[in-house]
Amino acid sequence: MSVALEVSGLVAGYEPGVPIVNGASLSVSAGEIVAVLGPNGAGKSTLVKAIAGLTPVQSGAVRLGGETITGAPAHLMVRKGLAYVPQTENVFTRLSVEDNLRLAAGALKASERAGRIAEVYALFPDLARQRRLAAGRLSGGQRQMAAIARALIVSPRVLMLDEPSAGLSPKLVEGVFARLGEIRAHGVAIILVEQNARAALAVADRGVIMVEGRERHEGRAADLWADPSVAALYLGGKRT
Amino acid sequence: MNLQFLVDGALTGAMIGLGAIGVTLTYSILRFANFAHGEFIAWGAYFALGAAGALGWLVAGLAPAIGPFSFGWSVVLALLVAMPLTGLLALALDWALFSRLRAASPITAVMASFGASMTLRSLAEFLFTSSPAYFSRDLQIAVRVGGVRVTPDQLALCAMAAALVFALHMLLTRTQTGRAMRAVSENPALARVAGIDVDRVIRVTWFLGAALAAASGVMAGLIVQIRPFMGFDLLLPLFAAAILGGIGSVPGALVGGLIVGLAEAGAAATIGAQWRAAAAFIVLIVMLLARPTGLFGARE
Repeated sequence: MSVALEVSGLVAGYEPGVPIVNGASLSVSAGEIVAVLGPNGAGKSTLVKAIAGLTPVQSGAVRLGGETITGAPAHLMVRKGLAYVPQTENVFTRLSVEDNLRLAAGALKASERAGRIAEVYALFPDLARQRRLAAGRLSGGQRQMAAIARALIVSPRVLMLDEPSAGLSPKLVEGVFARLGEIRAHGVAIILVEQNARAALAVADRGVIMVEGRERHEGRAADLWADPSVAALYLGGKRT
Repeated sequence: MNLQFLVDGALTGAMIGLGAIGVTLTYSILRFANFAHGEFIAWGAYFALGAAGALGWLVAGLAPAIGPFSFGWSVVLALLVAMPLTGLLALALDWALFSRLRAASPITAVMASFGASMTLRSLAEFLFTSSPAYFSRDLQIAVRVGGVRVTPDQLALCAMAAALVFALHMLLTRTQTGRAMRAVSENPALARVAGIDVDRVIRVTWFLGAALAAASGVMAGLIVQIRPFMGFDLLLPLFAAAILGGIGSVPGALVGGLIVGLAEAGAAATIGAQWRAAAAFIVLIVMLLARPTGLFGARE
């Protein structure tokens, strides 16, 4: 598998000299899911925000398909194939579902937009039925699907999701994560930042555990889950 | 009761509404109250006056009044010149001042807008003097429509305001640029990761808001007169209209403008012209107490 995204020695934060991400390195290949786990305050969300161009990068490098994109404006990252779904406020609530998708499709050629929106609706038939509804009126699970659908419109090479299970019932989490498996099957590399270690490692190929702004453990998802010392320290103490 | 105030109020309201749209767009996308917006109204009127004079001088056939109106084709074409020129003035102001304050607190931008307002107003006074200027000094005969009298200019200006608001509404709801503006207004960070060039949206917002202010200035120039202080005098009604309609709402700004215009004209016709400004603010206070988000505003 070719490396889709490679992050090396990334230092990022909101104020100079006060890094939240402190030398993190990470890679994800096409069709692979990498779960980024760790305790609260470990810098997981800041890491993906920095990769996406939303948090200032102080040093280090981000390469997308071999091209260095460190610190590029967020809207250009999307056009290069890097999609990001924030944890909260991840859809435009005042716009209809259809307008959310059309908005994202603006990054495509005009001739490709309608076809790509139809493809995404095929992947999320529930959204197709609610296309005229304001996104703010969707249920939590549907909203998460709409956010992922919005990110997929540009046919990204890499999809980064920040805690897509937050606020969802276990059944809805199962549904969202099942979709990630389908998306991966299309060759999309996925970085999944999660607090829900059990669900994330169940769907991921590899896991990275971050502590104090950088990766502390890395390995196959099944191995991390099976390692009692890792579970005790970073995954809530017990494998539930 | 004499219903003449309805016509006067609707016309003033449409003029205020056009200006208030710029205030509400700027506030919803740039997150600050731009007190220099009134100056775009004055500068738009002066740009149009200059362009009308130049066009009338270059092509003599453009100057004479069209049919029953007080203005000629030179003023119509001058409006089309003044709108983009005022848009460019707003872009220049953003480049020189506001773009450098994006990371600053909103209050810094508000104070800067006060400074920009004074600078633009003083510059207008220096260049054009404080003497009033007119597009036309012709008197118009009003025609009786129902129980009220309306001049052809008033009808034309109301139609222009309606056409501009309709065009803006279509742009906001049916085009990618409009969707991008609504998206940035709601969540700029999410807009960025949705692939939107937020800086471009900001430029479009300045341009559109100022272009509509120019149209409002031409209306004011045709109804009353052109003065360096004309925009400053309209500033409080503009903000009243934008707040009344709900900050961020384009239809709200227009409806807010109409309510302010009608309240002002109604007060002048019934209890005295000295209560004109107060009436608009009483309506505003009542609305804010009853519905703090304004008529069409979205709750944060």
